[in-house]
Amino acid sequence: MKEENVIEAQGLTKTFGDFTAVNAISFEVKKGEIFGFLGANGAGKTTAMKMLIGISKPSSGEAKVAGFDVYSQTESIKKNIGYMSQKFALYDDLTVKENINFFGGIYGLSRAKIKEKMKQLIDELGLEHIADQLVGSLPLGWKQKLSFSVSLLHEPKIVFLDEPTGGVDPITRRQFWEMIYKSANEGTTIFVTTHYMDEAEYCDRVSIMVDGRIDALDTPKMLKKQFKVDNMNDVFLKLARG
Amino acid sequence: MKRFIGFIKKEFYHIFRDTRSLFILFGMPIAQILLFGFAITNEINNVDIAILDHSKDATTQEIINKISASKYFTIDQLITRESDIEEAFQKGKIKAVLNFEKDFSKNLIKERQATLQIITDATDPNTANTITNYINSILKNYEQSKNKNIKLDYQVVSETRMVYNPELKSVFTFVPGVMTIILMLVSAMMTSISITREKELGTMEILLVSPITPFQVIIGKVVPYIFLSVINAAVIVLLSIFVFNMPVQGSLFLLGAESVLFIITSLALGILISTISETQQTAMMISLMGLMLPVILLSGFIFPISSMPEPLQIISHIIPAKWFIIIIKGIMLKGVDLSFLWKESLILISMTVLFIGLSIKKYKIRLE
Repeated sequence: MKEENVIEAQGLTKTFGDFTAVNAISFEVKKGEIFGFLGANGAGKTTAMKMLIGISKPSSGEAKVAGFDVYSQTESIKKNIGYMSQKFALYDDLTVKENINFFGGIYGLSRAKIKEKMKQLIDELGLEHIADQLVGSLPLGWKQKLSFSVSLLHEPKIVFLDEPTGGVDPITRRQFWEMIYKSANEGTTIFVTTHYMDEAEYCDRVSIMVDGRIDALDTPKMLKKQFKVDNMNDVFLKLARG
Repeated sequence: MKRFIGFIKKEFYHIFRDTRSLFILFGMPIAQILLFGFAITNEINNVDIAILDHSKDATTQEIINKISASKYFTIDQLITRESDIEEAFQKGKIKAVLNFEKDFSKNLIKERQATLQIITDATDPNTANTITNYINSILKNYEQSKNKNIKLDYQVVSETRMVYNPELKSVFTFVPGVMTIILMLVSAMMTSISITREKELGTMEILLVSPITPFQVIIGKVVPYIFLSVINAAVIVLLSIFVFNMPVQGSLFLLGAESVLFIITSLALGILISTISETQQTAMMISLMGLMLPVILLSGFIFPISSMPEPLQIISHIIPAKWFIIIIKGIMLKGVDLSFLWKESLILISMTVLFIGLSIKKYKIRLE
């Protein structure tokens, strides 16, 4: 594993019976990179991501995440990554503070550290006035931002975002991406799946999955050049339609 | 360990902030036990009956007096014709008619035998049965008091003694059943719902991606419910002792230990249910249909197992509740110790191990 690569996959494959969900994908993600992981529904994105975050065993192939093997070192992987799923995933019946306490706790942060992070996070998001409210009462956009911040609580090397901006308005989406840029600048690697092609343009590099394979992988600029179109939407359509 | 405590704390937040859970946890046990204790009962008191006396002599009068003197029966009306019986029943107030034949005393002396017909309203068969038994025993009593003066060559007198529950209080048989239902419901249904809820909300995925192990997640889910179920069991036992004067003949410690065993069996069942259901609704339906119905119908709680057809008797063996009811009845009413209950306890332990084993297997398949 090269020094600057935080994810390396080599022929990573997952089959369910006769069905090959992920077909020998290979790619690297560099430290601090924003890596867009695109594909139509059912192309195998989620399955591939599950193998990388250690909750699904690959059928064959090699992969290292944060320097740890996806077969034998899933526990170490879990300590070094953050994850935010497409379903909003904080507890609605806990307050903002209780959620932060809980997730800080299960990642094994010390009480002092949690306190420090809590203050920092509440200040940054401007949540002072609602810190003791139940998360369920907050608007979706805030929940999403909070959820992202919570996934960064334990300062992971890589954060995996599975369609993080589904269902939020363009302004919140914009703010969300500002948060993503900020943590990438601080050295966190971002691995993000999305269906919004404008978001794909924000990524440093983009891979596009079709039927379990990675059919294209490059910077948005190079991809547009390669397919002779002027936006990512057309790149995607060309690939997905074959 | 610190992670774990944080996890349990979170579970308690979930429980105490959900009024529905709170109601199921604490409202229902108390409501059920009071309902079964006070409202649903097999005993009869002040049942209205009618008398059709064709002979109207000293003997029939004595018998009628004896019956009306008992607290079980109230003589509501006297009828004079056979044809009035039907009408009396149809009004719905009276539950039985006593029909004394003509020349009752005369027959008794002359032929040493006289006939009294007991007609009961069998739309409610249990009550009809009980009424017949009570009247029979009053008659027997009367017969014996009469025969005292007469020297017979020999006489067979059967004396019935009800042991362990001499007053035949129905609450004594309901308490073990209700306790079983409550523990099963709270433990199995509530845990399976709380685990599937995390699956449904997507938080389970977040937990699986975190360093906390699946084993810790499950144990963290289960511990609060063990705690709450023990409190429930204690509330039920206290209510039955202080409100219904139910005795606890055996050791309270053994009762506690067996309850914890049954709670763990139910929790294991709850975990198993959560591994096969994806949504809270499914988990709830499986718990209600798959657990509650068999517990009520086949565990011997309401219908005696010995009078079930053979196939149902066999099915009743695989219902954990059946064994637990035997255990608590044994401890509370008979005062027996572990040397009489080791077989039932062992069955519960094996079932628990089986459920946990199945859950682990099921869980591994999902993870692959």
